[in-house]
Amino acid sequence: MVKERNSKLSIWKMCTVGALLIVGINSNVLAGVESVNLDQVKQGLDTVWVLLGAFLVFFMQAGFGMVEAGFIRAKNTCNILTKNFLDFCMASLGFFLIGYGLMFGDGNSFMGLKGWCLFGIEEVVNGLPLYAFWLFQAAFCGAAATIVAGGMAERMKFHAYLIYSFIISAFIYPIVGHWIWGGGWLSNMGFADFAGSTVVHTVGGFAALAGTSILKPREGKYGIDGKPKVLAGHNIPLASLGVFILWFGWFGFNAGSTLGVTDGSIIARVAINTNLAAAMGGIAAMATVWKRFGKPDLSMAMNGALAGLVAITAPCAFVDPWAAMVIGIVAGYVVVRGVELLDKLHIDDPVGAVPVHGMCGVLGTLCLGIFGKQSLGLANEGFVYSGNPMQLGIQMVGSVSTIVFVVITMGVVFKLIDVTIGLRVSREEELRGLDIGEHGMEAYAGFQIFTSV
Amino acid sequence: MKLVIAYIQPHKLQDIKKALYKAEIHKMSVTNALGCGAQKGYHESYRGIDFEVNLLKKVRLEIAVNEDFLDKTIEAIIEGARTGQIGDGKIFVLDLPKCIRIRTGEEGKKAIG
Repeated sequence: MVKERNSKLSIWKMCTVGALLIVGINSNVLAGVESVNLDQVKQGLDTVWVLLGAFLVFFMQAGFGMVEAGFIRAKNTCNILTKNFLDFCMASLGFFLIGYGLMFGDGNSFMGLKGWCLFGIEEVVNGLPLYAFWLFQAAFCGAAATIVAGGMAERMKFHAYLIYSFIISAFIYPIVGHWIWGGGWLSNMGFADFAGSTVVHTVGGFAALAGTSILKPREGKYGIDGKPKVLAGHNIPLASLGVFILWFGWFGFNAGSTLGVTDGSIIARVAINTNLAAAMGGIAAMATVWKRFGKPDLSMAMNGALAGLVAITAPCAFVDPWAAMVIGIVAGYVVVRGVELLDKLHIDDPVGAVPVHGMCGVLGTLCLGIFGKQSLGLANEGFVYSGNPMQLGIQMVGSVSTIVFVVITMGVVFKLIDVTIGLRVSREEELRGLDIGEHGMEAYAGFQIFTSV
Repeated sequence: MKLVIAYIQPHKLQDIKKALYKAEIHKMSVTNALGCGAQKGYHESYRGIDFEVNLLKKVRLEIAVNEDFLDKTIEAIIEGARTGQIGDGKIFVLDLPKCIRIRTGEEGKKAIG
């Protein structure tokens, strides 16, 4: 009797407790705890992803800095690092004030016409907060600007460089970016460039070409007989650290350009393509150099990996992994021959900016037209699948127009700087070292430098 | 046989080498040195504070020559090194009693070449 009564009581107890709990939880909900909706979660996840990408691309500035420092002589190291450092600052400034508006603001098919200092732009762009999208794009702008520092290293005046870096970040880069990513005429044609082989690398590489041709070679680079002489890089460990940092950052550069996570399949595809292209680029470049010059040169192998990365930047979301490997191999070969070609033409590029970024940027853009797949989002099927050169033709138009635009505008800019404040340092300063001449300090104070050049 | 020791500005080394090659003098040895002379030194700054640099970077050139090459060597060095500014450097000439080529064991004027 007592047992029965007790168990009935405990059942009632449980029911009461249960009822109270249910009421309690419901009243919590009713009291206004934020009900999370899926759209918010999606935007939050995408924002985290894009910001992560932005931070990785920002870290590539360190990579560029180390590569450039490692491949030039010790007496100019402070100078190149200051240029590398300042140009990200200038890019941040220029891209905020003017660049973003030109690139993504509403306007015509040539350039944007709204959005100076980010005024007048909606708060959410592409499903992301504007500021996150801006930071991501600004990091790309900084990457393009810093490419030129390497090509014009060891003999360019510092204040000339500051002016150049503001101009490219505020005007030239955004205009090309508008054509391709901002709704401009190239994107309307079906031109595709997933993460910037054209927007970033072709622009940077050919601006470097324009600049380095106007600047002329370093003293002692080409002998009287015209043969190139070695002006050896002073710190290969730094350069190799830089290459790894760049490779790491490139995962953000390419994969972050998806601007969203969705189900993860695209970012995974981009990541594997990025890695495979870099690896094959390194192997191909090393093999090419080994065959042609007798020894596996680390600096060229590393440039090969970078070349592979640049080349896969456009096609990364639109190709299959086997194609990424092919693209990497071709890029590794092209970069070695490109360096030889520049030396033949007496164009002095201390770090190989033009072959890596310029030539392989074009290569990547064109390979998109060859290996790209319509099923992955391309406007027309790639040549290798369809035999139809339509996409390839569109890619060519984009590459050529970008090259022409950049070479002409940057050529004019550099020439103007040259005739006004001067582009190149004096011979004595170049021999003494830009660290002392431009900055009054040494990168390696207290060290002996054992070179004769 | 004489030993010519020259202290020069590091950034003039290329010009001096060119002048020496023109005078057909190819053998030399180069070392880093710190030195001071009548120069007051240039200003360097570290984090905004100037400091006087008393011992400046120099390069020491050593060339062993036979008597008949001595004047040519000195002229070539001066031609490459002279800028007219303080800090161009100094040349010392020492007597060299003995000179041996390690590889073959030759001595004297033949060893200098």
